[in-house]
Amino acid sequence: MLTILLVLIPIVTGLLALSVGGRTVRQLALLGALAELVTAVVAWTQFDPAAGTQFGFKYTWIASAGISFSAGIDGISLLLVLLTTFLTPLIILSTFGYDYKNSSAFYALILFMEAALVGVFTATDVFLFYLFFEAALIPVYFLAAVWGGENRLKVTFKFFVYTIFGSLFMLVALVYLYFQTPGEHTSEITALYDLILDAKTQSWVFWGLFIAFAIKMPLFPFHTWQPDTYTESPTPATMLLSGIMLKMGVYGLIRLLLPIVPLGLAQWGEVAIVLSVIGIVYGSIIAIQQRDMKRLIAYSSFAHVGLMAAGVFSTTLNGLQGALIQMLAHGINVVGMFFIVEIIYSRTKSRYLDHLGGITQKTPHLTVYFMILLLGSVALPLTNGFVGEFLLLAGVFEYNNWLGAVAGLTIILGAVYLLRMFQKAMFGAPSAASESFKDLTVSERAVLIPLAIMVFWIGIYPSTFLKMTEPAVHQILRFINS
Amino acid sequence: MSLFLLVLIPLLPLIGFVINGIGFRHIPKGAVGVIGSLAALGSFAASVAVLLAFKEAGSQPQIVSLFDWITVGELSIPFSFQHDQLSLLMLMIITGVGSLIHIYSIGYMKHDEGFGKFFAFLNLFLFFMLLLVMGSNYVIMFIGWEGVGLCSYLLIGFWNKNTSYNNAARKAFIMNRIGDLGFLLGIFTIIATFGSVEYTEVFRQATGLPIGDPVLITITLLLFVGAMGKSAQIPLYTWLPDAMAGPTPVSALIHAATMVTAGIYMVIRSNVLYTLAPETLEVVAIVGAATAIFAASIGLLQNDIKKVLAYSTVSQLGYMFLGLGVMAYSASMFHVITHAFFKALLFLGAGSVIHAMSDEQDIRKMGGLRKKLPITFITFFIATWAISGLPPFSGFFSKDEILAHAFEHNKLLWAVGLVGSAMTSFYMFRLLFLTFFGTFRGTHEQEHHLHESPASMTIPLMVLAVFSALGGVIGIPEALGGSHQLAEFMSPLFDNSRQANPEAFMPISLSHSEEYMLMGVSVLVALLSGIAAYVMYISKASVPAPESETRQGVQRAVYHKYYVDELYDAVFVKPMRTLSNLLASFGEFFIDLFVDGTGRLVKALANLGRQTQTGSTGYYIFAMVVGIMVILFWNLLIK
Repeated sequence: MLTILLVLIPIVTGLLALSVGGRTVRQLALLGALAELVTAVVAWTQFDPAAGTQFGFKYTWIASAGISFSAGIDGISLLLVLLTTFLTPLIILSTFGYDYKNSSAFYALILFMEAALVGVFTATDVFLFYLFFEAALIPVYFLAAVWGGENRLKVTFKFFVYTIFGSLFMLVALVYLYFQTPGEHTSEITALYDLILDAKTQSWVFWGLFIAFAIKMPLFPFHTWQPDTYTESPTPATMLLSGIMLKMGVYGLIRLLLPIVPLGLAQWGEVAIVLSVIGIVYGSIIAIQQRDMKRLIAYSSFAHVGLMAAGVFSTTLNGLQGALIQMLAHGINVVGMFFIVEIIYSRTKSRYLDHLGGITQKTPHLTVYFMILLLGSVALPLTNGFVGEFLLLAGVFEYNNWLGAVAGLTIILGAVYLLRMFQKAMFGAPSAASESFKDLTVSERAVLIPLAIMVFWIGIYPSTFLKMTEPAVHQILRFINS
Repeated sequence: MSLFLLVLIPLLPLIGFVINGIGFRHIPKGAVGVIGSLAALGSFAASVAVLLAFKEAGSQPQIVSLFDWITVGELSIPFSFQHDQLSLLMLMIITGVGSLIHIYSIGYMKHDEGFGKFFAFLNLFLFFMLLLVMGSNYVIMFIGWEGVGLCSYLLIGFWNKNTSYNNAARKAFIMNRIGDLGFLLGIFTIIATFGSVEYTEVFRQATGLPIGDPVLITITLLLFVGAMGKSAQIPLYTWLPDAMAGPTPVSALIHAATMVTAGIYMVIRSNVLYTLAPETLEVVAIVGAATAIFAASIGLLQNDIKKVLAYSTVSQLGYMFLGLGVMAYSASMFHVITHAFFKALLFLGAGSVIHAMSDEQDIRKMGGLRKKLPITFITFFIATWAISGLPPFSGFFSKDEILAHAFEHNKLLWAVGLVGSAMTSFYMFRLLFLTFFGTFRGTHEQEHHLHESPASMTIPLMVLAVFSALGGVIGIPEALGGSHQLAEFMSPLFDNSRQANPEAFMPISLSHSEEYMLMGVSVLVALLSGIAAYVMYISKASVPAPESETRQGVQRAVYHKYYVDELYDAVFVKPMRTLSNLLASFGEFFIDLFVDGTGRLVKALANLGRQTQTGSTGYYIFAMVVGIMVILFWNLLIK
């Protein structure tokens, strides 16, 4: 029951927002997102990690075909629902300092996006999963295409075609799997886990699913849509894309790819993990010389998601648990980082490191939050990034020592590019652009404080979240090893 | 009660950090200094209390678990503390010297606008350093390990308007991170081998492994990479001289007395693993000896008072690793302790000089300061005597013990150590003579301004001078009629090692006369070097050539620090930048081209024989999608 509420609240608020309009629309949107957060927290308090999928619902969709609207929440879903519902109100709040034209549509799209994301993370029917997976693309596409930067049309078109292209692969694979289910056929995800397919078929299905998720995350070499899209999109859309939407890809790997095609994984997992690790190093190296802060963070995100995927493909408990906690951590850090860039941009009208410098002289508060998020991103112990990277690297290392060592370069290269960015923007002599820099406003702080708290919470007491997901991860691993 | 005290040790500096960190723009300067220093002193008091309780309770190591930190499946990493002889010794150094340096900073940083921020960072550093030595497993050590790196970064770049300082800070962090990756991989190997990261469990299992087991060699080497970064050993030492960009108390605390000795702490902590991996110890000894002599030689020609001391620190750390490499674990710890005293004193003395000289650091512009800064001079002199290894001050005992073990192990290592020791004595006396003797060579304005530092600065100097002079008493060897209390105190730490590799723990086989001979040689060498420095800089009153003069041959290479920075720049930094640019332009371009090309290819296949010339990318991509769909459908659904 709670699950259906979680999907409906943003949709209803979004529709309301569309019909209301005017200045109050953003307060309305924030209220809706907060109500959603409260609902998710209620689900969390009632959640029992050992009890499998909970709070579910099931309505027949196409009875004759065994397809239904069914969703529910297990530990993995809950983690991502919490991430989504925690970040969305902050993303909405982050827009309070700015005016977006046609704001009712703007906020409605954000809320629709939230509904679709929650849908993806809770769907227990594979076609419903697919429906939400595709539906999530539409709002963010419009956000980017309507409110984005100069090159938005060209860039968003590429993004759209790329991801649609990927999804079609998945659709084929899913349709195929559906037809393999016994008897009347069913599209329940757990039914697909039980399918017995030969190795060759599994390989095909593996690639069908892999390409879809690899594009979404993105993984090397399917990433060329990402830096442009992140850079050109309006910052709230960038936050949605990087903070939450890319997790659909990682989630898809864990929820569908690993348990459904273990033999395909056995054959091709090595290629996938190598591609992931290449992405870590490749993205990190490119990030070193970036001048546009947004683009730099885009590449950093690309590198980080590579590590998550590598952890997933290591198919170790450490790697999977690491990927899950890192999804949470990365969402928080990357949203915070993009917000800080937006704050800097709003004051200086520039995101180019060459034009910035010396900002810290005027802004003790901004400096502190920026530093905290940065430390999370470079995985300093006692911040959120460390727990994730430690477990991920431990998992990849367990899979193969050398791959672990190469993936570990992220802790060096991450420091290289992020400290360079921090230094060029914040330290040194103040530039002309940062001369009259105003420190944080109240609403900006209201966004950054919860993020900073989460950086330390996850860093100091990760058990809260690790315990939530471990039984579900064990479940998944059992399917791989059986 | 004991638990409370134990938790208080790291907690007090953390509280100090939070108070000063949040309120530094609102709390008056006086209060900031008091809060910061009280946090350190309180932590010191708690450490003393824990030490006393520990001795009273029969010197049994104790582990106190606070909470479950990271637990995944079988692997459990608790947030827990262990106190035993080793961590207690480190606690005494960190909080003791740390407190003195906090007090000193009240005077030294008085006029700095970032006073509150400075004390906040200093407290934060103490917190992480304390975690490093108090943790009961490798991951807690790693928290401290990285945390002190962060504080080092923040404090080197403390004056962040200056770009070269910021670069130095960044360099320090990144080089440390290179080491940290090694450390981390070491931890992963430990997890894979022992299924735990808790010291007691790891060492218990390791005792059962054969000497020279490849896994142990791998683990110890990887951990040692971490030590190379943190303790500035070849090839990861170049960050430490640059780190002198930070305020001088920072150099004394972090880059001399405490943080940089973390690597030595780690090896002694892991002594079981190292004892079982003789090949690694060989590497440790060679790296240590090489660093000792290499850095000392650079120190011979430096003219920045802090740079001389920085290279000296790198060199002295080399001695400590040399000691570890020849399994003189407690001798290395002895040197950690005495070095903490005299090197902190030297840095604080240098700070006092810099303070008096209106921020001048070039010793060519100093001279004759002993009359105007008598306390600084006398204490600096004591420290110089101590570091040069001259009796009866502390450095003599600790360095000699390391050299005696090196002699027993390998004569070549001993000879290298001895040459390094000669250099040490020379550059230190050179520094002393150029700074405090002769005539003043600075500007009139500077001369007019010369003054002894305030009491908050001179009292710590005097306290440290006493310890630098007398600190040796804790480790007087039998040959000199002592009982080496330190070695006795530390002895239980090596029980596992002794059990696992008894041969390596045979007592020193040198006769007393041989020991006297070794002592005589090293004292003689140090004295001769000191006299050479005297002849050059006092009798002949020569002053090093100014920057503008071109130097020749070896001198040129040494003066430019053997061009190692330039080498790293050319081999790592520049190529990495070029690669970054290349990948960002060509790499991305080709991948795009490839993606596009796949589309075209598929289109060509899908529409074989059909002529299309629409020229629209959208169409191509659409065709590509359709094409691949067809292939997939064919393979999955139809075939």
